[in-house]
Amino acid sequence: MRLGTITNPMNSDVVKEMDMPNLKEVSAPDERPAETVIEPGKTVGMPFTANPRFQLRNVEVFYGENPAIKNVSLDIARNEVIAFIGPSGCGKSTFLRCLNRMNDSIDSCRIKGSLQLDGQEIYSPGRDVVELRARVGMVFQKPNPFPKSIYDNVAYGPRIHGLANRKSDLDDIVENSLRKAGLWEEVRHRLGAMATGMSGGQQQRLCIARAIAVSPEVVLMDEPCSALDPIATARIEELIAELSENYTIVIVTHSMQQAARVSNRTAYFHLGHLVEVNDTSRVFTTPEHELTESYITGRFG
Amino acid sequence: MTDPGSQAELVRHSLRRRYRKERRFRFYGIAAIAVALFSLVILFTDIISKGYTGFIKTTVTLEVHLDGELMYLNDASDPDQIAMADFQAPIIKALQGYFPDAVSRADKRELSRMTGSYASNQVRDLLKENPGLLGSTRTIEFPAHDTVSVYVKHAGDPGYSIRLSEQQQRWTDELVRKGVIDNGFNDVFFSNGDSREPSNAGILGALVGSLLTMGITLVIAFPVGVAAAVYLEEFAPRNGFTDFIEVNINNLAAVPSVIFGLLGLAVFIGVFGMPRSVPVLGGLVLALMTLPTIIISSRAAIKSVPPSIREAAEGIGASKMQVVLHHVLPLAMPGMLTGSIIGMAQALGETAPLLLVGMVAFIVEIPDGFFSSATVLPVQIFIWAGSAEQGFVELASAGIMVLLAFLITMNAFAIWLRKRLERRW
Repeated sequence: MRLGTITNPMNSDVVKEMDMPNLKEVSAPDERPAETVIEPGKTVGMPFTANPRFQLRNVEVFYGENPAIKNVSLDIARNEVIAFIGPSGCGKSTFLRCLNRMNDSIDSCRIKGSLQLDGQEIYSPGRDVVELRARVGMVFQKPNPFPKSIYDNVAYGPRIHGLANRKSDLDDIVENSLRKAGLWEEVRHRLGAMATGMSGGQQQRLCIARAIAVSPEVVLMDEPCSALDPIATARIEELIAELSENYTIVIVTHSMQQAARVSNRTAYFHLGHLVEVNDTSRVFTTPEHELTESYITGRFG
Repeated sequence: MTDPGSQAELVRHSLRRRYRKERRFRFYGIAAIAVALFSLVILFTDIISKGYTGFIKTTVTLEVHLDGELMYLNDASDPDQIAMADFQAPIIKALQGYFPDAVSRADKRELSRMTGSYASNQVRDLLKENPGLLGSTRTIEFPAHDTVSVYVKHAGDPGYSIRLSEQQQRWTDELVRKGVIDNGFNDVFFSNGDSREPSNAGILGALVGSLLTMGITLVIAFPVGVAAAVYLEEFAPRNGFTDFIEVNINNLAAVPSVIFGLLGLAVFIGVFGMPRSVPVLGGLVLALMTLPTIIISSRAAIKSVPPSIREAAEGIGASKMQVVLHHVLPLAMPGMLTGSIIGMAQALGETAPLLLVGMVAFIVEIPDGFFSSATVLPVQIFIWAGSAEQGFVELASAGIMVLLAFLITMNAFAIWLRKRLERRW
């Protein structure tokens, strides 16, 4: 089921959140004191699935002393598209970045709990981050192509991971990735051109091509359309639908319409809690939790 | 509520004021640039007008009859006779050809001071190499004596005092009229080392010395500086110790350069027993001096690499090392080069620390390696500027021009390199 077929660019463009533990924006508790009580660790809906790709249990994330994620448990199934939604500062980006350890470079960030990818701990001491990130690729909020040629951007991942021994293999990988990202026809004659000279939407699709060039199992997308216009956004959303055949996709978005359009399941975060997870259609039609309902009906967030 | 008409009036009024402010500010900027350009023009005009004569040499071309009897020499292949012979005599004889009545002892002495003090050596070397020329007549071009040269080039210039006797002045005028004394391009300046005689002194020794010294400085300071910057920015843990190092690097950048000279004297010469006044030593001292500048600018360049690029590379699974080598360094390289060039330019013009490690010695030979005694351009200029002979004044100015040319060449090379690196990325 697809809801909200008209893209509302306001939702994706205006809100620029860093998902740092800045919790002051949520004003709901004043208005509705009775309903906003969240039981830690209690998630309504269906957080667990059989044979999950990610098995995340009792995850807690701290920035210094401030908790950003409080006791979240969630399964992410194979080849599903799961959307993380929630107001600014709710921790959804932080949670997303735990999945391929992009938080490692933040010194003050500490993670507790169990995060498993295919049954293996992501945060175990012996875990190789490079290998993990080859399996769990990422697309960022702002398109961030390398200041190199289009070809080199896509070829970079396969090169560093040694995925292609011959030039022709590499050419194939680049072509395939660009085709999957729906960019091939536009750039096939100018693969040597600088990637930074492309339009924003093209750059973001190039970043997706770059991410899938190393054949990851999971692609994390952190508000991939927030810097794009509605047409480019629609293009990326189509792409997500196509990619979901082969990849598990976790997408953080501020646009509820987008979550409704692209995802199978939706997870609603609030103040670091995972409040509700369910099939997207159910979350947007019959939310079980008061907070979810308030959010999707636009009462706050 | 303010009425809208008056509000618009207020806005218009404040707009006028803002535009005025803007215009004023722009004027300040243009004025500042004009002052800077004007000073630059004055500087260049002054140096060039004072120094261009340094690139001109005055020569005395004479038909010299290599008369054995006159020189007390009958076999030019005999080193003993060569050592004893009087090679000044045929030069004086040749000059007497123009002034037949200059025969007294005093006149002869004055004649001998028309050509440079090394003129007789020129005759000796010619005969030493070709003993068969004894008895023949040769046309030889001698450098004019310093005083003659000053008179020819600067007669009437209040900045120079003429030290020729009236008789010599008359002779000189006569010889200039006859074309015997002439000005030409000063090739000696570009092919000789230092000398006691301005007409025989050249910048080449100092130029080569500077080149060798800068080579050592670059080879040591650039890699060490960049490596330190990369480590401090990318790998070092943020703690008290790294903060301490950072503060100290910043402090080192402000230490007077002469202190580095003392350090070089105490450590490199005192402890390690390195030879004095060699390019390796000077290069090491200047490298120490330049390091903080390079580290600071390199760190700034690394910091300015957008974090999104780092994240992008990490997100695909690049290791820390790959992120640094493939993305951070290439993007930071132009900034690093700029900083290094500023540091190198500073080092190139540095005199004080080199004085302390003995690079101020009087060195005639062109240095032929990193371990042969040498001096550098600014020190050479310093030596000449302090010399008594008037001829050295213009040489010092000419030396400054060579130094500036060296600097501009170096900067141009760096800018070219930077442009190239930027294009590749």
